[in-house]
Amino acid sequence: MTEIEVVVNGQRHREAVEDRLLLTDFLRQRLGLTGTHVGCEHGVCGCCTVRLDGVAVRGCLLLAVQADGCEVQTVEGLAGSGPLTALQEAFRRHFALQCGFCTPGILMAAEDLLSRGTPTRDEIVDLLSGHLCRCTGYAPIVDAIEEAAAGALPPADEPRPEGT
Amino acid sequence: MGTATARETRASWVGQSVPRLEDEALLRGRGRFMDDLDPVPGAAHAAIVRSQLPHARITVDASAALDAPGVVGVLTGEDVRALSRPFPAGIDSPVPFYAAAVDVARYAGEPVAVVVARTRYEAEDAAELVEVDYDPLDPVLDPVAASETDACVHDRSFHYGDVDEALARADLVVHETFRFPRFSCTPVECYGVVADWDEAAGSLTAWANFQGPFTLHGVAAAALGLRGSRFRLLTPPDSGGSFGIKSSIFTYVVLIGLAARKLGRPVRWIEDRVEHLLGSASSTQRVTTVEAGFAHDGELLALRYDAIEDVGAYVRAPEPATLYRMHGSLSGAYTVRNVAARNRVVLTNTLPSGLNRGFGGPQLYLPLERTMAIAARRMGLDPADVARRNLVPAEEMPYRTPSGALYDSGDYAACLQQALELSGYERRRAEAAAARADGRLLGVGIACVVEPSISNMGYITLTQTAIERAQALPKSGNAEGALVTIDPLGGVTVRLGTTPQGQGHRTVCAQVVADELGIEPGEVTVLSEMDTQTVPWTVSSGNYSSRFSGVAVGAVQRAAAQLRAKVDAVREHLEEPELSLRRVAGSVHWNPAGLPEGMEPGLSVVAYWSAPNLDPPDAEDRVASSAAHGFIADVCAVEVEPETGEVRVLDYVTVHDAGRLLHPALADGQVLGGFAHGAGAALFERHVVDEWGNPMTASFVDYVTPTAPDLPTPRIGHRSTPSPFTALGAKGIGEGNTMSVPAAIANAVADALGRDDVELPLTAPRVWELLQRPPEGGGR
Amino acid sequence: MKPVPFRYVVARSLEEALAALAEGGDDAKPLAGGQSLVPALNLRLLRPELLVDLNRAGLDGIVRENGSVRVGATTRQAELERSPHAHPLVREALPFVGHVVTRNRGTVGGSVAHADGAAELPLCLVALGGEVVAEGPDGRRTFPAEELFVTHYTTTLLPGELLVETVWPAPGGGERSAFEELALRGGDYALAMAAAVLRHDQGVIREARVAVGAVTDHPTALAEVEALLVGNAPSDELAHEAGALAATLVDPAGGIHATPAYLRHLTGVLVERAIRRAT
Ligand code: FES
Ligand code: FES
Repeated sequence: MTEIEVVVNGQRHREAVEDRLLLTDFLRQRLGLTGTHVGCEHGVCGCCTVRLDGVAVRGCLLLAVQADGCEVQTVEGLAGSGPLTALQEAFRRHFALQCGFCTPGILMAAEDLLSRGTPTRDEIVDLLSGHLCRCTGYAPIVDAIEEAAAGALPPADEPRPEGT
Repeated sequence: MGTATARETRASWVGQSVPRLEDEALLRGRGRFMDDLDPVPGAAHAAIVRSQLPHARITVDASAALDAPGVVGVLTGEDVRALSRPFPAGIDSPVPFYAAAVDVARYAGEPVAVVVARTRYEAEDAAELVEVDYDPLDPVLDPVAASETDACVHDRSFHYGDVDEALARADLVVHETFRFPRFSCTPVECYGVVADWDEAAGSLTAWANFQGPFTLHGVAAAALGLRGSRFRLLTPPDSGGSFGIKSSIFTYVVLIGLAARKLGRPVRWIEDRVEHLLGSASSTQRVTTVEAGFAHDGELLALRYDAIEDVGAYVRAPEPATLYRMHGSLSGAYTVRNVAARNRVVLTNTLPSGLNRGFGGPQLYLPLERTMAIAARRMGLDPADVARRNLVPAEEMPYRTPSGALYDSGDYAACLQQALELSGYERRRAEAAAARADGRLLGVGIACVVEPSISNMGYITLTQTAIERAQALPKSGNAEGALVTIDPLGGVTVRLGTTPQGQGHRTVCAQVVADELGIEPGEVTVLSEMDTQTVPWTVSSGNYSSRFSGVAVGAVQRAAAQLRAKVDAVREHLEEPELSLRRVAGSVHWNPAGLPEGMEPGLSVVAYWSAPNLDPPDAEDRVASSAAHGFIADVCAVEVEPETGEVRVLDYVTVHDAGRLLHPALADGQVLGGFAHGAGAALFERHVVDEWGNPMTASFVDYVTPTAPDLPTPRIGHRSTPSPFTALGAKGIGEGNTMSVPAAIANAVADALGRDDVELPLTAPRVWELLQRPPEGGGR
Repeated sequence: MKPVPFRYVVARSLEEALAALAEGGDDAKPLAGGQSLVPALNLRLLRPELLVDLNRAGLDGIVRENGSVRVGATTRQAELERSPHAHPLVREALPFVGHVVTRNRGTVGGSVAHADGAAELPLCLVALGGEVVAEGPDGRRTFPAEELFVTHYTTTLLPGELLVETVWPAPGGGERSAFEELALRGGDYALAMAAAVLRHDQGVIREARVAVGAVTDHPTALAEVEALLVGNAPSDELAHEAGALAATLVDPAGGIHATPAYLRHLTGVLVERAIRRAT
């Protein structure tokens, strides 16, 4: 058991953990932050991606003890209790999620990418090579990230019932 | 906008791409998936010990594991035998199928024991201490060889028209064998079960990310020896994809239920990815030999299939349904009247098959559409002309196929034309021919497929002869229930038994209800969590055979319409036609004495809807296997890199007629997803076992699913011919491309290579190997 | 899929790391980026008793000096990818290393020391004639990378010794390089890969390094191919001949995705392409 101190989504936590505990299990089971998903635990699917001191990393490939003294951001920390971020809004507008299981990991990786500048479409596609989505065929996800990267959001075009 | 006005102008939310109700929570990480739930505090964690060999007599000694730290107990195959019965299935099979291996393990990955401990970590530690003694037996791996042995557990033949006569007068007979490989749609969320056994009541309550069909609830209850009412099955509100695969979780619900029963405490099991690839489910593997006769002008005169269906180690319900789901559509989209099929089911020492997107469609259309392309090539005809020559004409709708399906509506030729135009087919064919003349390998392929949706619960009885069927309870139809409630403040809630896994059922139901009640979709609360004790359901409930938009929507609409009628009657009675829904609700709830004479109190309706055109199979083995039939025409252009064998999809066009689209963006999402799974099967995915039956694809490193750079994006077109047989005219759309894409890509690659013997998956190394061999069955 | 129990210590310096590894002996494992190690832990393919975390030992950093670039062991792959000092060959190869997110965490030294026969960075280091710096109980030594790799996951590092730095020669005058890889899908393990580093002078190839990986159990420079190239004017024919020769020099085992024949052939194709592009 090792005592660790981690700031997760701005909140400080002090916990004693077994050395072998994976960061994903720590976040999900100890802190109840179940937005970080687990799809393979061997580094392929990307569902577990969180930001460690701002950098997108695989949560399943980190031990909780390694996060000692670090800041972790999970999907719950993106919008907090405020409105959705531009990226999240773009996902919604583009129907870039179906089951939504892959979504948190992709959001965290994409937020990191966007924080480094404006990626090209190819760079977005390349980013997504590290994330499995079995529902969407990826194209809507690429569109959503590209739109968020461009920054300019099209005017809200709220559907109204036809015939009114 | 007053509610009455909206209704009068027939305002419609249905048909619009409204934002999804599901998304806000999912985007915030506040979805509730199986492993996010903690429904029974104090559940212990299970790890499953699995057979390391594909076929062996086993003896299990769990004593060392019992002494390990944190261990609560161990369930073995012996316990499973003592506490449960074998699972029933659609056909009798000589090998009893229990939730864990009893005496003999029949595939590598089959559960052998369940170790339960305080944490998953400790459970895995202890699982390593369970000693399994293996006495190896010869594995059966080759389905063709198995078909000649007692591993063949089902053999039925079907005849419609006169195939022999038609083949005899054909100008060309194509006689080829096609293999469809075993693949899995691999949802990104794995299986999960929490089971709580109540000893006093003798009942099991289980939470699982099960997807239906709820026929399997009965199968699990039978294995548990419980009445259905003593087996309460609940699903979480969100499920991380399924594509059929999570239907097969029912055997694990039983297994973990038995562990909870034996150990006297609730047990939680979350499958990991290796377990998923070893022990969940896959598609069937099918070897089909086709004999097809054509007239010189391309008319398809006769079709004979000889299908060997490999369902893996056990016939797991609802198998052998993969083989019969498409039975009414054996003739595909074509007018051929002479059709015959021999269906054999074989057991091999591999992962048992189950529902998997497309379910039988990919396995049927690969041989059929390859045959059409081969015939065109051999006769020197344009494949599009051959298709056109044979497509069921619009004026013959509704069209009864020889094997009994009733194709409801659509103009197949117009749909194909649209796809050809959208793809620039003529130009692409010319370009490909010119490039080939230059030594490059370009090709164009098409596929025309009928996409059935809403399965007839009776089709599986085709495994029996007509005489056997006559002695049993007839099975037919496909029904769904829904509950719509208006609370005293006018809030509207819908409960569903469709166990969605990402398709957006909640959104569409809200659209439907909003239309009926004259409110906005965002005002409707839709609960998608299933509970067999409180949600209205039927044996056919669940999320499969693309039945949601046809059947479930029918039930929801019917319930909402009945409520609206009641609301309107109250308004009329109160002589206040503009009274708001909230006021009406308040009035009904608070003042039952003021209701119109004879009106039932309450504002809650359960309604059911069943497809009207699904009779049991007839005495001639004809069956309307599905209620609605969409049509898809695909055009695919590829280039093969001869140096490396890489296949590049240059363009992919898919034009659908799925009837009325209730939510066009969600429909396109289903097309894209179905395409991705079809392209995965065509180009990448396959379960591989080595010559001894050891699984070689038990991680996401080895089981290769496509990622963003690997997948082309199809260009989508739509036509819309409503189905006369569904409530709103919608047809299923989520499986069609998984059926069509493997065939279209295979056709394009065959065209590029000028040979007939292409085999899936078309990975670079396999295509290159093919190029090193002389063609079988003829080349250009 | 959870690791076996182990003890974990954070090394705050190289000395601490070496001391901890010495204490742990054979059952200790250094942990760098963990992008290969932790999957192996989760799958219980590795069962160490002690993990020594190097991430805080101050072993990262990229320094350019005397015509070469020294890259600290725990420098993230992403950092090297963005560094102006990265050799063009490395910059070309790095996008093939895992994915953006794994490169954020994965380290250069970890990848080299892990010695996966299908890893890109070891191949580049060998192709460039780079060096590795190791430090252990008996002190520090620097030696050619080619002498590091033995076979899959096996190096000549001594017990208790840590790879602390890799040394990458900077591009010389007239040098051109190219990296080629084919995998079944983007970001996956390579089926085969090839690197070519050629120095041209007055239309003639003066020096050549050609190395292949994934089809061999460790990154392998193909001396015969190099000999074929040196002294000749580059041409498509020469590249083709070199590729054909390369294909005869490897003996890949093959696997579920590809036969030995394919992998041999592919090696030839990739070597040919790399040489052409390095011309
Ligand atoms: S769970 Fe971490 S990459 Fe799949
Ligand atoms: S939305 Fe389901 S896996 Fe991506």
